[in-house]
Amino acid sequence: MSAVEAGAGPVPVSLRRVGKTFAGTSGRPVLQALGPIDLELRRGEFFAVVGPSGCGKSTLLEVIAGLTAASEGSVEFEGAPIRGNVPDGVGVVFQEDASLPWLTVRENVAFGLRRSGLSRAARETRVGDALRIAGLTDFAAAYPAQLSGGMRQRVCIARTLVTQPRLILLDEPFGALDQQTRLLMGEEVLRVWRETGATVLLITHALDEAAMLADRIGVMSARPGRLKEIVETGWPRQRDSGIIERPEFGAITARLWHHLRQESVKALGRAAPGTAEEETAVMGAR
Amino acid sequence: MTLLRLYRWAVVGAAIALLEVLCLKRVIDPITMQAPHLIVRDLYRLLASGRMNGAIVKTLANTVLSLVLAVGVGLIVAALLHRRRTLRDTLDPLFATYYAVPVFAFYPFFIVVFGLGDLPQILIAFMLSVVAVIVNTLNGLDRIPPVLLKTARIMGLGAAETALRVTLPAAGPHIVTGVKLAVAYAFIGIIGSEFILSRGGIGYEISFAYNNFENAVMYPLIVLILIASVVLNSLVNGWERTMLERRGRR
Repeated sequence: MSAVEAGAGPVPVSLRRVGKTFAGTSGRPVLQALGPIDLELRRGEFFAVVGPSGCGKSTLLEVIAGLTAASEGSVEFEGAPIRGNVPDGVGVVFQEDASLPWLTVRENVAFGLRRSGLSRAARETRVGDALRIAGLTDFAAAYPAQLSGGMRQRVCIARTLVTQPRLILLDEPFGALDQQTRLLMGEEVLRVWRETGATVLLITHALDEAAMLADRIGVMSARPGRLKEIVETGWPRQRDSGIIERPEFGAITARLWHHLRQESVKALGRAAPGTAEEETAVMGAR
Repeated sequence: MTLLRLYRWAVVGAAIALLEVLCLKRVIDPITMQAPHLIVRDLYRLLASGRMNGAIVKTLANTVLSLVLAVGVGLIVAALLHRRRTLRDTLDPLFATYYAVPVFAFYPFFIVVFGLGDLPQILIAFMLSVVAVIVNTLNGLDRIPPVLLKTARIMGLGAAETALRVTLPAAGPHIVTGVKLAVAYAFIGIIGSEFILSRGGIGYEISFAYNNFENAVMYPLIVLILIASVVLNSLVNGWERTMLERRGRR
């Protein structure tokens, strides 16, 4: 697959006026978590979403994945509406370790094909390919507990790849990893993206990660999260972590921070109904 | 690890050896207790004679039946309670105090209602063990990382397949803890109620031998129960060990 294909075929993901509200429980008011958001992803592009914590980034991903139904607006995957149903052709890698600890690496990856209806031989080929792409061939017989955090995350990536998704959603997949591992994992994701030709949507709070990986970066506002700005990076399709040395990289991160700073301050300032993390941070400061 | 195991066996061996010496030196007189080597000999004779076969089969069958019922019902009840928040919150304190109730107190009542057969005994053993399964399974279900359930949804698994392929194995180590307790409770329930009032079973035979000063029957049967309980327990332990080793916990 190459950049030539970008733009051909139906739009992989299209969001129109998408919003998400959570019903207030026991006297709490209704919480507007997200939107309204308008967004169209281009076929085969790498799109990153950055935003202050609690802005609804993960909710956005869950809406697109079909794990949560949007409260208003319409979400389409390849022209078909998504309303709380997980469409075929979508793969998700979460921040938390989602490897199944009672299965070996190979069984974990094969688990992704449980409902594929493929023949045994076809499944084995696919599992073998996914293991190779994720660099896990030598660890196929190991159990996740024997692997490092980064390798367990690669198991989850391989389990997603094995289904040959046309859209890969990454929800802060490197959030729990150290900086060096993050850079290397970023390179691997870029390689997977190039090899599979899939469209990738990455949710992250790390500006440098977004700036290094993505073709376009959507900056979200504080809650309720809206798309405030879309920054084009203009990177070539063939790229690796080396681009962080380029002057444009600094310019892009600076631009992202310019848009994000005010929103992050806002998100911190009204921490009252925010995430648990924020609340403890504020409590500690008092 | 193996050294620890060696020490453990040494402790058990030393205790038996001490008992042997005390018995042979008549510190413990033979009317109270036979020397361990004689108990083993009597156990062999008892088993070879075949006169305890009926009792052994009855006790083991009732124990296993109670255990299977307790595990089956316990898993299903836990799965249902896990989804019904209000019901669960209502029952949780009751589960917590459940083992403060001497279930055996109900035994005479059960005999009145169901007669002097196997049913009251199975009921007692079931009641003793089922709550251990429920409480531990609920504990395990609570600790399943939400991301695993999200993964199941992403993969399009249905409710039954999610339960079987994700929920059950994820809660596995906790469920095993419940089963282990249930094994012990089922044994206690069956043998205890056979002791109190029944027409057969190992518990009954022990009590009968006790009343007739038949040490050559009573002690071998006690040892037999010990062996049966240890074997059943180590089977479950082995299952638990593989599970935990795979998950990198000891």
